[in-house]
Amino acid sequence: MTRALFLIVLLLAASLPAHAQDAFLDALAGLAGGFTQQAEAAERLGAGGDPRALPVLRALADGRLLKRPDNTLLIRADAGVTEAATGAAADAAGAEPVRINNRVRVALRGAIGRLALVSPDAAERAAAAEAVYRTRSAENIPLLEAALARESVPRIRDQMALALAASRLVAADATVQRQGIAALAGAGTEGARALLLEARNATPALGPEIDAALVSLDRVIAVKRAAETLYQGLSLGSVLLLAALGLAVTFGVMGVINMAHGEFVMLGAYATVVVQDACRGIPWLEPWSLPLAVPAAFLVAGLAGAMLERGLIRHLYGRPLETLLMTFGVGMILQQAVRLAFGAQNREVISPAWMMGTLELPGGLMVTQNRLWVIVFSLVVLGLTIAAIRFTRFGLEMRAVTQNRRIAATMGIRTGRVDALTFAFGSGIAGMAGVALSQIDNVSPNLGTGYIIDSFMVVVFGGVGSLAGTLVGALSLGVVNKLLEPYAGAVLAKVAVLVGLMLFIQRKPRGLFPQKGRAAG
Amino acid sequence: MTKPLVPFSRRALMAGLGGALAMPAIRPAFGQAAPIKVGVLHSLSGTMAISETALRDTVLMMVEWINGRGGLLGRRVEAAVVDPASNWPLFAEKARELLQVAKVDVTFGCWTSVSRKSVLPVFEELNGLLFYPVQYEGEEQSRSIFYTGAAPNQQAIPAVEYLMGKDGGEAKRIALLGTDYVYPRTTNRILRGYLNSKGITDADIMEEYTPFGHSDWQGIVSRVKTFAAQGKKTAIVSTINGDANVPFYRELGNQGIKAEDIPCVAFSVGEEELAGIDARPLVGHLAAWNYFMSVQAPANTEFKNTWQAYIKNPRRVTNDPMEATLVGFKMWAQAVAQANSTAVDAVREAMYGQKVDAPCGYSLEMHRNHHLAKPVMIGEIQADGQFSIVSRTPTTIVAENWSPFIPENANRRRG
Repeated sequence: MTRALFLIVLLLAASLPAHAQDAFLDALAGLAGGFTQQAEAAERLGAGGDPRALPVLRALADGRLLKRPDNTLLIRADAGVTEAATGAAADAAGAEPVRINNRVRVALRGAIGRLALVSPDAAERAAAAEAVYRTRSAENIPLLEAALARESVPRIRDQMALALAASRLVAADATVQRQGIAALAGAGTEGARALLLEARNATPALGPEIDAALVSLDRVIAVKRAAETLYQGLSLGSVLLLAALGLAVTFGVMGVINMAHGEFVMLGAYATVVVQDACRGIPWLEPWSLPLAVPAAFLVAGLAGAMLERGLIRHLYGRPLETLLMTFGVGMILQQAVRLAFGAQNREVISPAWMMGTLELPGGLMVTQNRLWVIVFSLVVLGLTIAAIRFTRFGLEMRAVTQNRRIAATMGIRTGRVDALTFAFGSGIAGMAGVALSQIDNVSPNLGTGYIIDSFMVVVFGGVGSLAGTLVGALSLGVVNKLLEPYAGAVLAKVAVLVGLMLFIQRKPRGLFPQKGRAAG
Repeated sequence: MTKPLVPFSRRALMAGLGGALAMPAIRPAFGQAAPIKVGVLHSLSGTMAISETALRDTVLMMVEWINGRGGLLGRRVEAAVVDPASNWPLFAEKARELLQVAKVDVTFGCWTSVSRKSVLPVFEELNGLLFYPVQYEGEEQSRSIFYTGAAPNQQAIPAVEYLMGKDGGEAKRIALLGTDYVYPRTTNRILRGYLNSKGITDADIMEEYTPFGHSDWQGIVSRVKTFAAQGKKTAIVSTINGDANVPFYRELGNQGIKAEDIPCVAFSVGEEELAGIDARPLVGHLAAWNYFMSVQAPANTEFKNTWQAYIKNPRRVTNDPMEATLVGFKMWAQAVAQANSTAVDAVREAMYGQKVDAPCGYSLEMHRNHHLAKPVMIGEIQADGQFSIVSRTPTTIVAENWSPFIPENANRRRG
């Protein structure tokens, strides 16, 4: 009732200035209706081409379109609230945001894409071309042809050409459709493959041509998929590497079976949480909270490691079983302590903008940014660890003590101090791993338990005492795991890797890179 | 028919006064009768603590509520809380302890189906009474348990129906992703049967399971992308449980899977789970429940206010299993009052036909099959982590705990 009345009022109001506005205002009213009406209205506004429709549609998509009880639509922006129909300033009192669903969102994307194709802003045109590509309607063909003729940015031209091909594919005319097939075959994406398959189902007459296009397309996709699997394997491998590096020092170099290693990783993740909380509200510091967390995590976990070594472990050198049981107990104490201090709930860690979304590498390979940074970070940490052991005085003393404790002591090295520092160093690396893991896993008190077995696996596989072995071991286990996953599923792939590892250790008990010489004892 | 909840502040004031003035007479007079005991059997540590702690608090809030209005049958109600620590066999031990040592009159508890399966023989043997507040896979009906969460036909099937409808995007291919245990596997078996009956063949169904706490979702999400690129509209149905959801949704967001292209409907993700995620990349993905915090109903406003006052956090969220706990508690209290006894057999008889005006905005009724008739709601995730309800059934739906889509049930189903 009120809606009808409102429509009439709107129509009356609209007929006063000019008739050209009727379509816009008429369609606009539909945005205040149910989901079906909203979707239809969005399509009409997109087809109408009225430039005033764009801000309204954008506001609706972003949840900034408000509705008064009398169905007047308002737009909320940073500058204030305006009426959608007239652009006049308005009062938002009593207005509620207009709700939409996925169906409306799809219609909005298409409509906004159509309208934004002529935008002066390059980023908007690129987004519009992408949206029109996904909407694919034969009605968009002339619009896209015109936009393509004007476009000068090559990247956007490519996207528009793709959108044009997708739109041609759903045209009624077979010759137009054939043009679309040829263009899409060169796109080399799974999205294009989906469009071609859809067209084959819809128009069986085009079957042979589409099948031919698919053959060449599938070749490109197969290569891409292999590259993707490799990337995922490297990414998993880099996580394993990070988790295992600290252990490669404490277990590999010192020979301490530290079951609390995972808890040091967890402490590093919680240090990240604390640093982020401290940085919150300081605008210039906030983007740097994650890099700042790295030294903080190193110090926190390193300090905990030093305390553990000086307080307990040093009394148990040469008694591996007792060390194992004691560190296991310490791990449980640390877990419970963190649970008491921070609560049993998972803690939210904010990812900075540069770690979200995907990055397109040359060749069209899409990689997720957070994983990419973890790979980079793991290699940096590995480099720093090697450098510290090779080139610093501490590293020299550490190697001396592990090779021959008594001679090192006679040379004036305080072996007890070196033990504590080495253990603290290994624990600190585990803490830095925690910073990276906080970005891809849940920060909870049991974060570490999931990584302890994997860490030992990597160190033993790579060869105890060899950092290069840890690197090769981690990356190869990651890649093998990801290669098996599509066939065996996530659970069975891991089981298969473990079984393979057991067989390998039977053949080569010292791992990939066994230590040579007297130190190997 | 139910009285409004007493706001927390009045109770707090009373307790404060009582303490300060040391005047026992101010406390509600409960006579000399022994208190009625309510057992609480939820994990307060381990992997499920994240979800179950809020349910413990809900029961305690309800105990306080009932004592605030004079107790039950003139007696005080007391809670006996135990911690089964997400350890399934320990659930059975703790259940026995509640029934035999604490001698509770009723128990509220369990979240995962495996914990419920573990305590069921104990409750049957000792003739106890358990209220189970979580949506589950069905295929069960015990005289000792009242199920106040959804059966598959009250959640899973309507959700998939929505995805296949016009508003849901007319999905023709479904990816079933779940955590590897009894609930997801049984639910997906029912869904497969349902999808097959709707003409969706096994070639158009993908099914994958991962362990509890899984964090590396990149392989599975990119396989879903490949699965979706076969020229038919695809949707994800997720029975992923617990904190594995956080990295799963993060991966969906990072790989750019938008709800417009591949919508994902979840059965175990509610307001509480979303509280730990940046929900902005997830806008439009769906969840199916029988209650959302965003429901506009007087009973819900009261529920939210009482809860936030009780937990002393004005931003704390409510969710579906909490609502189911509240409904179960109110029904049990009504049944005890009606039976004028806390004896299990009398209360069970009195439970049938009990009605409660629930926060979901409907009047819910307990049926003889020990399940509630519930409305089904589909919500879309909003940027603030709340749900916008895009579809709801006009009336409540009667539970079908024996699913017709499992062939073995053909003999079982009788009028």
